[in-house]
Amino acid sequence: MRIEQKVTVDAPRRLVWEYVTEPANYPVFIDGLTRWDVAGDRHKGLGARYRMLIRVGAADVGGLIEIVEWQPEGDMAWSSVTGVDQRGRWRLRELGDGRTRVTFRFAYGVAGGGFPALIAERVAAVSLNRRFRLSLINLKRAVEERGTEVATA
Amino acid sequence: MAESGASTATDERQRQSQNGGDPGSPRDGGSERPSLLRRFVDELQSRLTADLDDRDPDYIRENLSLTWLVASIWFRGEVRNMERIPEEGPVLLVGNHSGGNITPDTIVFTLAFNTYFGVERPFYQLAHNLVLTSPVGPFLRKFGTVAASHENARKALDCDAAVLVYPGGDWEVNRPSWEANKIDFAGRKGFIKLALDAGVPIVPIVSVGGQETAIFLTHGERLAKTLRLDRLLRLKTLPVNLSLPWIVNVGDFLGHLPLPAKITVQVMEPIDLRERYGPAPDTQRIYEDVTGLMQDELDELAAERRLPVVG
Repeated sequence: MRIEQKVTVDAPRRLVWEYVTEPANYPVFIDGLTRWDVAGDRHKGLGARYRMLIRVGAADVGGLIEIVEWQPEGDMAWSSVTGVDQRGRWRLRELGDGRTRVTFRFAYGVAGGGFPALIAERVAAVSLNRRFRLSLINLKRAVEERGTEVATA
Repeated sequence: MAESGASTATDERQRQSQNGGDPGSPRDGGSERPSLLRRFVDELQSRLTADLDDRDPDYIRENLSLTWLVASIWFRGEVRNMERIPEEGPVLLVGNHSGGNITPDTIVFTLAFNTYFGVERPFYQLAHNLVLTSPVGPFLRKFGTVAASHENARKALDCDAAVLVYPGGDWEVNRPSWEANKIDFAGRKGFIKLALDAGVPIVPIVSVGGQETAIFLTHGERLAKTLRLDRLLRLKTLPVNLSLPWIVNVGDFLGHLPLPAKITVQVMEPIDLRERYGPAPDTQRIYEDVTGLMQDELDELAAERRLPVVG
């Protein structure tokens, strides 16, 4: 199952990149995140690992993820190590006039296959779509506030 | 799910060894093929044999989707404060449970544990023999369900596993609906001895809503006695409930279709018994304290509910 959400942030790409790559920000802007810990010595960057869980229905789902792609101020992608099969990506593109197009992609698969897995994926998508939409709104607000603070400082 | 004095795999093996027999072979001399009765008994024994190796993380992972659908859509399950369970090492999870032979709180909590800590963390649930010999027994064994006994639990804890026990067992799940919000372990204190012997913390798990999945009328002690089931089958109770599709459901042997009651599960703070009660603790006092704390929590959860079933 694949989810994609987009938002335009009225702030330079550098600021958005700094925000989405800082692990401490995730519990603040990702809706429904119930656990987010840095796992291991690497705080961020390629190879950094995080233990994450997000509330979906009756359970906190997620697992251990690892950053597998890191192109500064461009793309950051991660993939699951344990837990639910998942792959995610932040994709940042300049729009000019100090604005940034943010694309968030999240693909996941429920183990086991069959009818229950098929239904579970679709039911979970309803909740996840709503959570990620809210998360991008939170992201936009937080980065734009930071942009204003930087501009006035 | 239950705490019981069930005979264990090792007990069975020892008994058979004393009889000079091998668990898998015919014992009464000469016959090459075991009799039908023998095969039935062997099958029964093999189902009660709590081999921890039966737990299959891949199987659990592949079946969580169905569990998740049932827990999320039918029971609107909600589990709070999973982070209170120690991140690693052995722990004894002590819960109340409800719902007759279909216990939705077990479904909701087992799902929560496996998704929160991952299927890689060993997690076992103690269950009554009847559950393991039922048609869903093989399914449950792969999920980590083992026959309830001190020895099996100890074996699992010694392997650094988390073990879930419901001391109230088959008694508690069949309590009348008007006692739905009551912790009723029937005085069973085996879990305390287990935690002390193994030197592991206990984490009380309190759930509400399960006793709203049917209308539970009675434990049926008098009924069992009148029908002489206590003498014939050693059944001391014969619970009666009103449930679908049977309407009047005596014994709940075939289970029932539970009403879609909202299930809320609260994980409480861990208790280190030695630390709190000293080197020679009074079991009765611990029992009263733990069940008292759980009752207070259950009262709070019950007060949050506006309507039965709806939650």
